[in-house]
Amino acid sequence: MDKFTTLTGIAAPMPLVNIDTDMIIPKQFLKTIKRTGLGVNLFDEMRYDREGNEIADFVLNQPAWRDAEILVAGDNFGCGSSREHAPWALLDFGIRCVISTSFADIFYNNCFKNGILPVVLPQDAIDHLMDDARKGANARITVDLDAQTVTAADGTAFSFDVDPFKKHCLLNGLDDIGLTLEKAAAIDSYEATAAQARPWV
Amino acid sequence: MTGGKTLYDKIWDAHVVHEAEDGTCLLYIDRHLVHEVTSPQAFEGLRMAGRTVRAPDKTIAVPDHNVPTTAGRENPENMTEDSRIQMAALDTNARDFGIHYYPVSDVRQGIVHIVGPEQGWTLPGMTVVCGDSHTATHGAFGALAHGIGTSEVEHVLATQTLIQKKSKNMKVEITGKLPPGVTAKDITLSVIGATGTAGGTGHVIEYCGEAIRELSMEGRMTVCNMAIEGGARAGLIAPDEKTFAYVKGRPHAPKGAAWEAALAWWKTLKSDDDAHWDKVVTLKAEDIAPVVTWGTSPEDVLPITGTVPAAESFSGGKVGAAQRSLDYMGLTPGMKLTDIRIDAVFIGSCTNGRIEDLRAAAEVLKGRKLAPGVRGIVVPGSGLVRAQAEEEGLAQVFTDAGFEWRLAGCSMCLGMNPDQLAPEERCASTSNRNFEGRQGYKGRTHLMSPAMAAAAAVTGHLTDVRDLVAETV
Repeated sequence: MDKFTTLTGIAAPMPLVNIDTDMIIPKQFLKTIKRTGLGVNLFDEMRYDREGNEIADFVLNQPAWRDAEILVAGDNFGCGSSREHAPWALLDFGIRCVISTSFADIFYNNCFKNGILPVVLPQDAIDHLMDDARKGANARITVDLDAQTVTAADGTAFSFDVDPFKKHCLLNGLDDIGLTLEKAAAIDSYEATAAQARPWV
Repeated sequence: MTGGKTLYDKIWDAHVVHEAEDGTCLLYIDRHLVHEVTSPQAFEGLRMAGRTVRAPDKTIAVPDHNVPTTAGRENPENMTEDSRIQMAALDTNARDFGIHYYPVSDVRQGIVHIVGPEQGWTLPGMTVVCGDSHTATHGAFGALAHGIGTSEVEHVLATQTLIQKKSKNMKVEITGKLPPGVTAKDITLSVIGATGTAGGTGHVIEYCGEAIRELSMEGRMTVCNMAIEGGARAGLIAPDEKTFAYVKGRPHAPKGAAWEAALAWWKTLKSDDDAHWDKVVTLKAEDIAPVVTWGTSPEDVLPITGTVPAAESFSGGKVGAAQRSLDYMGLTPGMKLTDIRIDAVFIGSCTNGRIEDLRAAAEVLKGRKLAPGVRGIVVPGSGLVRAQAEEEGLAQVFTDAGFEWRLAGCSMCLGMNPDQLAPEERCASTSNRNFEGRQGYKGRTHLMSPAMAAAAAVTGHLTDVRDLVAETV
């Protein structure tokens, strides 16, 4: 997994609330057995017509946001299916950070496993950043994970919370399976105790 | 904090392998369910790292999302290429790693969340995960069950644990008795309608109250199944005599002395009277009506007696979302919900693909036909549900009414396989999500109970099942 430290980039405005994982990556693209190559189908049904032509007014099809690395989105981003194809598609497109007032749990966790930082900020901060996002490259946003801040183009900084363990893994690009396997003795010992207490499991 | 514990607290405490200073826990997983769509990349990850499955005897694989539901599917030549590849990958992975496996040729195959309970893999007090958000279903047994992403699937395969922080406790109480014609689906949709799709975010919900206790295990699974649509990490219902009776004798349920020991523990699995709740929601069962969704979010719930709302009746970001939903669904504010005509009916899914659901739909359909121009499919949740429905004569009722009687799978709930809606085709569906494009590109989904879907099938428009049933009394 790639590290996430700081990022200054173009943000795309997606004010719609409840953007679900079916929107982010429709089911016909879940037929792959790989993690890569999904960026071209990110937001597929909002982004292309039935013939595969780009829909001109969709934000990521507009010249100002084709190189967006950040999304500023409406409430409850990533709700719905557990499909990790959603963060895979975002990452493959080049999105490394999503900022919203709230995220669905599973999507939120999935982001951290893929080097994407989901940032939760209050509505007034989102409104401010959404204004920046609407200006494309004229108002780049800076995200600093170590400092836990998002800085708008005018220098206004918004602090965000992030779980210390998730932050540590993301800052260092750590594989958490490797970290857990270091605790194999604890797992062995738990299994031995549980086998006594609940032998039917 | 009081001294009392919730059911969630108790199951959590029994599964903590390690707790770090910041509260990050390593949680032991008792059952890991695996399907063909979210697992191939996880197994590939194991192979690349030279890792094995730590507990193959606690890992159960079954293909469901992308399987054809039409006859002849045992022959790979009758599958689309992508289905064939995912099926072959699951087959290889199940055999290579030595995990339990129910291929499509096995009568026990079906939707993973129906197969788990049916085979007795799901037991009270367990932790259950699966790379599927509707894993919440298993909470009906008083098991802590939730969906995970593919990276976490790989983590569980390799370590039999998950890295977790504890969620908050939310109590959803449904007091009193349900009116006639109102079902578990109406409860769970009404709760989401009341709390919103983010209402449960960061919480584990425990459903309780008289109306929940009165539900069958099938109904409780329907309620917990949609905890995820309410944003919750998991839904739980404390186990009771109904739970124990359902579990007893299942192939993988404990037997003999082990059963007695398990039962003794299971009986302690309930929230203490002085437990702390971070959030409490109470609905009166008598206020719940048969409901349908009108929009493209599961929170867009209204009683069938209602009318299509105007976007302006909402506030904040929901105004724009509601307008988008109305446009997508092709609906005009003010029109009666019962005036919405449908083209298709889907009965099935992990929400409503169990025997009780098929009985409820067949009860309405008996002696009736699909309205002209309406197509219908019934997709049983498992091969065993299908066999039982055939034995009870339900399959005959469906085919007599003009429905297609399919083989088990997820089917049109998510439309990965060829079972899809055409653009602008409108469906009365017993599934769990009405998102844009969910059941097919530009397809329009109205969520409802099996009885309500059957009523719509007969009249050709959304219908209050209570009126239809009253006609025949």
